[in-house]
Amino acid sequence: MASDRIFGLVMILMALAYIASAFQIQTSFLADPVGSKTFPVAVGIVVILCGLVFMVKPDGEPEWPDLRTWGRLAFAVAVLVAYSYALKPMGFLVPTVFTAGLLAYQITPKPAAAVMAGFGLSVGLFIVFRYGLGLGLQPFPKGLLG
Amino acid sequence: MDLFSNLALGFSVALSPFTLMLAIVGCFLGTIIGALPGLGPSNGVAILIPLAFTMGLDATSALVLLTSVYYGAMYGGRISSILLNIPGDEPAMMTCLDGYPMAQQGKAGEALVLSGVASFVGAMFATIGLMLLAPLLARVAYLFGPAEYFALYLLAFCTLGGIASKNQAKAALAACIGLAIAMIGLDNTSGMPRFTYGNLHLMDGIDFLVAIVGLFAIAEVFVFIESHGRDSAVGVKLEKVIIPWKTIAGSTWTMLRSSVIGFIAGILPGAGASLGSFLAYMGERAVSKDKETFGTGNPRAVAAPEAGNNSAAGGALIPMLTLGVPGSGTTAVLLALLLTLNITPGPTLFTDRPEVVWGLIASLIIANFVLLIMNVPMVKIFVKILSVPPMLLLPGVTMVSFVGIYSLTGSYFDLLLMVAFGVGGYLLRKLGVPLVPIILGILLGNYMEDALRRAMVLSNGDWSFLFSSYIAIGLWIAAIGGFVAPIFLRGLFARPKAGLTD
Repeated sequence: MASDRIFGLVMILMALAYIASAFQIQTSFLADPVGSKTFPVAVGIVVILCGLVFMVKPDGEPEWPDLRTWGRLAFAVAVLVAYSYALKPMGFLVPTVFTAGLLAYQITPKPAAAVMAGFGLSVGLFIVFRYGLGLGLQPFPKGLLG
Repeated sequence: MDLFSNLALGFSVALSPFTLMLAIVGCFLGTIIGALPGLGPSNGVAILIPLAFTMGLDATSALVLLTSVYYGAMYGGRISSILLNIPGDEPAMMTCLDGYPMAQQGKAGEALVLSGVASFVGAMFATIGLMLLAPLLARVAYLFGPAEYFALYLLAFCTLGGIASKNQAKAALAACIGLAIAMIGLDNTSGMPRFTYGNLHLMDGIDFLVAIVGLFAIAEVFVFIESHGRDSAVGVKLEKVIIPWKTIAGSTWTMLRSSVIGFIAGILPGAGASLGSFLAYMGERAVSKDKETFGTGNPRAVAAPEAGNNSAAGGALIPMLTLGVPGSGTTAVLLALLLTLNITPGPTLFTDRPEVVWGLIASLIIANFVLLIMNVPMVKIFVKILSVPPMLLLPGVTMVSFVGIYSLTGSYFDLLLMVAFGVGGYLLRKLGVPLVPIILGILLGNYMEDALRRAMVLSNGDWSFLFSSYIAIGLWIAAIGGFVAPIFLRGLFARPKAGLTD
């Protein structure tokens, strides 16, 4: 109940912000009868209507994970964000060992197996990508090994 | 005859050794993707698109590879349904109902062979149907102007949201989220930036592949972290595989009936394979004399949904190829592939790029035979693969997603965006918001807006132009009906479990 109400409210606020920024779109000399704003504004209005429906007629409460699971999920997101930043400067192998290992540990908490999974996936996938599919992946940080 | 010369052209494309190899690889990967719980056809195809693209495959090869994966996934889904009572993908849900009881009675091999043959019959039927119907529909599609296309896009969103979801408002919201995301970037008509907030990364808009991989593959990783991988495949056993000729012969009509039902369900925009297998199962139950054995391991109840879902999978390709409007989640992903390859689906595809269309159809026929061999005599290999632990599978999927998007765009911003879509997809799934309309919105948003604006340019701003032809009016009525009708039909649909007890 509450989840859907909050969700509806968030969606309405976001839709209002979306509509507001739609009105900021500069008009161009290439004018057409509809213009650049109409469609986004219409989409925003439908979102607001949907949001109102959620607030008036919410569905049952979804099964949210407990606090520990939220922690694990947040950690996984942090790992993936770090991986996004690391992939280019650090090369493929090292960040992948960490990311794959940590994710494996989050799914099945067995440290030894997770370390193995990290190394195995990193090296195995690198060989597949680089030599099997011919993608130009950097194995190590640039300048370290050429 | 036209058809045969077209087919000959198709086979001349599809029978080249390289294309043939791609079809076999695609079938193999597809069956694995379908069989592994947590890796359905949509996210399986989604993570492979960037890879196919960076490998520099040409349009036909990429299409052959990925439609083979698509067909393969429809075959593979049944394996875990029968052996583990976990559908490998959504359309295979109905196969659990009688497939698993058969496995419990020690008839797992029989169920696998029978459902493999049923899959073949369904897929073959649909491929032939596609061959015959698609060119006809493509001819009708020439009559479509911008007003009709606008109504058609609306129809796709309405039926997809109406049939596939439990809550119309949430489905409508999902479509709007997709449309709203599609607006980001330069406006096609006026050339002005929209919703970029001065961020250069957003100027080109959001790449739909980033969104698809994030929403499907990365979100799935979060779901698995939450569930602790408890759906892992432990204790899969399959002793011997014998071919139950008698059972197969006894289910011939079942397979054909179900293929017809599935095919029709597949053509309807938004319905897709899940509905196809559901309707095929219910239809078979309605006409059979031994209704009470359904749900306890009746072989015909295994054959029906499998023929239905594979037939629907083929049928769903028809609206995608002829109109550019996908009929299901996975065909939406395949549409993303076409757009990435700079192929605009629609009636002109059949005249301008016949080698693509007929090459595709020919390789679907080939893929079917390959899949029959893989899924009947070689099914044991896939049963082995089912025991891959989630702790290897899901991180593997993540890495493939990252590498795919990274090699496609080379930008860390897109990787961050993909993670953001993953988080958003996880939350929306929890809240019961379907993800497929979002994808469809992102894919079709700009086309839909362009159709509207071109229609208004043609009519000089007269909005009644949108309802000016019979085709357009028909599409509007179908759209409204498709969105509203499921509210009343909900008691009948979407509750297969309840339908079993009465």
